[in-house]
Amino acid sequence: MNRYPLWKYILIAIVILIGLLYTIPNFFGESPAVQVSPAKSTLKSDNALLQKVENTLQLASIPFNGIYLDATGVKVRLANPEDQIKAKDKLNASLGKDYTIALNLLSQTPNWLLAIGAKPMYLGLDLRGGVHFLLQVDMKAALDKAAESSVGDFRTALRKEKINYFGISREGQLVVVKFDNAAEANKALRILSKDYPDLTYAVTGSGKDLSLTANMGLASQKRTQEFALKQNLQTLHNRINELGVAEPIVQQQGFDRIVVQLPGVQDTAKAKEILGRTATLEIRLVDEEKTDFATMEKASNGQVPFGDELYKDRSGRPILVKKSVVLTGDRITDAGPGVDGQNGSSVVNVTLDGRGAGIFKNVTRDNVGKRMAILLIEKGNTEVITAPVINEEIGGGRVQISGMANAQEATDISLLLRAGALAAPMEIIEERTVGPSMGEENIKRGVHSTLWGFAAIAVMMVIYYMAFGGVSVLALGVNLLLLVAILSMLQATLTLPGLAAIALALGMAIDANVLINERIREELRNGNTPQASISEGYKNAWHTIVDSNVTTLIAGLALFMFGTGPIKGFAVVHVLGILTSMFSAVLVSRAIVNLVYGYRRKIEKLAIGQIYKA
Amino acid sequence: MELFRIKNDIPFMSYGRLTTTISLVTFILAVFFLATRGLNYGVDFTGGTVMEVNYPQSANIDNIRQAVDSIGLKDATVQNFGTSHDVLIRLPIKKGMSIAQLSEKVSSALKAADPQADVRRVESVGSQVGEELYENGGLALLLVCLGIMAYLAIRFEWRFAVAAIIANMHDVVIILGFFAFFQWEFNLTVLAAILAVLGYSVNESVVVFDRVRENFRKMRKANAVQVIDNAITRTMSRTVITHLMTQTMVGSMLLFGGEVLHNFALALTIGILFGIYSSVLVACPIAMWLGVNRANLIGDVEKKPTDASAEVAP
Repeated sequence: MNRYPLWKYILIAIVILIGLLYTIPNFFGESPAVQVSPAKSTLKSDNALLQKVENTLQLASIPFNGIYLDATGVKVRLANPEDQIKAKDKLNASLGKDYTIALNLLSQTPNWLLAIGAKPMYLGLDLRGGVHFLLQVDMKAALDKAAESSVGDFRTALRKEKINYFGISREGQLVVVKFDNAAEANKALRILSKDYPDLTYAVTGSGKDLSLTANMGLASQKRTQEFALKQNLQTLHNRINELGVAEPIVQQQGFDRIVVQLPGVQDTAKAKEILGRTATLEIRLVDEEKTDFATMEKASNGQVPFGDELYKDRSGRPILVKKSVVLTGDRITDAGPGVDGQNGSSVVNVTLDGRGAGIFKNVTRDNVGKRMAILLIEKGNTEVITAPVINEEIGGGRVQISGMANAQEATDISLLLRAGALAAPMEIIEERTVGPSMGEENIKRGVHSTLWGFAAIAVMMVIYYMAFGGVSVLALGVNLLLLVAILSMLQATLTLPGLAAIALALGMAIDANVLINERIREELRNGNTPQASISEGYKNAWHTIVDSNVTTLIAGLALFMFGTGPIKGFAVVHVLGILTSMFSAVLVSRAIVNLVYGYRRKIEKLAIGQIYKA
Repeated sequence: MELFRIKNDIPFMSYGRLTTTISLVTFILAVFFLATRGLNYGVDFTGGTVMEVNYPQSANIDNIRQAVDSIGLKDATVQNFGTSHDVLIRLPIKKGMSIAQLSEKVSSALKAADPQADVRRVESVGSQVGEELYENGGLALLLVCLGIMAYLAIRFEWRFAVAAIIANMHDVVIILGFFAFFQWEFNLTVLAAILAVLGYSVNESVVVFDRVRENFRKMRKANAVQVIDNAITRTMSRTVITHLMTQTMVGSMLLFGGEVLHNFALALTIGILFGIYSSVLVACPIAMWLGVNRANLIGDVEKKPTDASAEVAP
C-alpha cells in the first residue's frame, strides 16, 4: 500500500531536476558589464552595432569575456570594474551621440542554462540598490491644456471662414466664443461642429451676451487624459535614456500615475532633476508692435497690453510675447546641437513633425522679420530661452535656432527639446532610495533569516520525529528549491519582504508535515500496523492540509490584489510558497517514505520517535 | 521524543467561559489602547520622509539634529537605531516643499555637516499615497475575512465560519493593541504580517474544526462538548509543534532580519502566540455556543464509522 507507481517517482524526480536547473543560476554571481542601447527609435540594435562595439573595444585593447546582442541592445561582459569604466568611456566617446551607454551587471550563468531560460531571480530595488519614484500626473492641467489648444484651433478656423466673433476664451475647461449676432453664431456652430466633432456645443444668451460654448465630452476627456499619460510615459523614457541607466522601468500605474525605477542609480539628485523637470515648451510670436519704451515700462509695472504676456529672457530683459501659441513642444521630433555654416556660432537644429511643419511654414511666411520666442515653462515659471528673428519662410519642418551662447548651451537646449515636453505636469509623490551597500545587507539579512530558521527547524524536527523528521526536512528543502526555481522562472521581482515571505512560507509549510507525522503516530498509538499507519496518516492529514492551505491562499490573494510595490512581492512569494508546499510536503515526503518503508516485508517499528500508548 | 502524554481528554470546553473572558478582557484592553494612544503610523501611511544614514564612526546625534534644524526642519526626529553608527531621521510632510526637494535638502545638509555621512535609504511618501493605503488595507482585510468565511461556510458550516472569524479578528485587534501600547511603528510590512497572520491562524482553527467534524462521524455516542474536547486534545501536539516551528523561523527573522523586518516579525510573533490561543480556546467555545452539532455538520445522512477502533471515545 505504500508504493507509488514508477511514473510518480519519475515525475517527482523530473520536477526536482527542473527545480535544480532553474535554481542554480542564482549561485553564479554577476560580473561587470557595459550595455549599449539605441537612444533613438530610428536606430536598431543589430549585428552592425555589435560589430561597432567589438571594434571599438579591440581598438582600445580592452579585453572582454563575452559580447551579446539582445532586444534592448548590446551587452559586453568585462573582467573587472576598471575595465568596465574604461570600456564605458571609450564607447561613450565613439557611440555616445546616438546610443545610451550604461554600466550593468551580467549574470555569470553558463550559456547552456541561459539557453533553457534559466536566469537568476530579478532583484528588486531594496536588494540591488537604486531609486524608485511614483509620479502623479496632473490631469486637470492636461484638460486645461487641451481646452487651451482648442481656443487656438477655433480662432484659426473662424478666421479662415471669415466669421466675425467678439472674443474667444477658455473658462475652466470650457471654450467660450462671444458673438453679437445670432447668424454668425449659428454659422460658427455649423463649422466648428463639423471640424471638431469631439466637442459638444451650445449657443446661449442673446444680444450682447450671445455666446457659443464648447465642452469636451466624457469620452473625449478620457482620451485626452490617456493621451497625456502616454506622452508623459514616452517623455520619461526619453529622459531616462539620457541618464544612461541599464534596466530602467517606466510603467503606468492606475490611470494617472507613473512608476519609475532606476536600478543602481546613485545620483538621486540628478535623477530627480531630470524626472521632475516639468518643462513644457511653447513657440509664440513676439509682439513687435509694442516694443517701445513706454509700453515696456508700463508692462513692467503690471499693465500688460491685451493679448500679450510679459516674460523675461535668459539675461533678464523683459519681452512681450503674444498669448496665442504657435506650436507646443510635442510637435518636435528631434533636436541636436550644431554649428552655423556661415558664422561658426552654436545653433540648435530642430525637426518638426508633419502638422508642426505645416503650421510653422505658414507662421514664418506671414511674419518674416519678426521675432519668434521659444518659451520654457518649468514649475510654473516661464522663461524665454531664445527669441530669434525669422529671416525667411521655413518649410520642410527643419528649423535652425541661432543665438546660443556656446556649444554647451546648444547641447542643453537640444536635450530639453529632444526629451520632449510633458503633456501635463507631474509631481513625485513617493520616493524610495536604497544605497548599494544597503541592498547587499538586505540580501544578507533575508538569506540569513531563512537559512538559520531552516537549520533550527531541521534540528528540532529530526530530534522530535527522528527519521520522519528527516523526511520532513528533505521535503522542506525541496519546497525551498522549487520556490526559488519558480521565482527565477517567472522572473518575478524579489524584494526584502519577498525574502521574508520565503522564510515564512517555510515556517508555515512545515505544518503539513507535522500534521502528517502526528497522524501517523496516532494511528500507531491506536494499534495499527506500521504500513497501515503510514497510509492512513497521509490520507487523513490530506483533507486538513488542503483546507488549511486554502484559507492561507485567500489571505495571500487579497494581499496581491490590494498591495503595491514591496507588498505585492510579499504576496506573490506567499502564494507560490503555499502551492509548492502542497507538492513537496505531501508528494515528495510520501515518495521518500515509500522508498524507505514501502518495499520492506516486515516492519517492526517506524522511526518516528517515542510514542506513548494510551 | 514526545512531549504530550495525555491519557484523557482535557475538558477545554468547561473552561470556555474562562478562556473567552480572558480573551474579552485582552480585547477590550487592546481597543482601549487603540482608542487612547492610537497607532504610531509609519511614513507609508502618514506621508513624510524617513532617512537612514550611516557614519563610519559613532554618529553625533546633536550635530545631526543641528544640521537638520539649520534648514528649518524643526519637526524632524533624529535617533540611533541598531548600532551607534546608524541614524534614523524622520521628517513630516512640509507644506510648500515637495518630498523630492525635502530629502535632497536634508542629504546635502548632512553631507555639509559631515562629508562621510552615507545616506543608505530614503523613503518619502506623499500624503495622497498614504490615504489610499488606509483604504486598500481596510479593503484587503475585509476581503480576506469575507473570503475565509465563505470558504469555511461552504466547506464546514456557517457557525464555524462565524466562530473562526471572530477568533481571528480578535487576534488582529490584539496585535494592533500591542502596537498601540508600545507605540511601535505600524507600516506596510506590518499590515502584510497581519494579513498573513489572519490566514495562518484561521488555518489553526481549520485543523481543529476538521477534527471536530471527523469526531462527529466516529464518536457516535459522544455529545458536542466531548467531541470538541477530544478534537482539541488530539490536535494539541500538532498545534504546539507547528507553532514552535513557525515561531522559530519568525524568531530567526527577528534576530537577523534587521530594521526593515523587525516590526514585521514582531507582529507575526504576537499573531502566532495569540493565534494558538484564540483559534482553539475562543473559536471552539463560540462554535459550541452557536450550536454546532452532528446534524448540522454532517447532515442527516449519517455514515457508518469507518474505523471500529475510533469508536471508543476515551
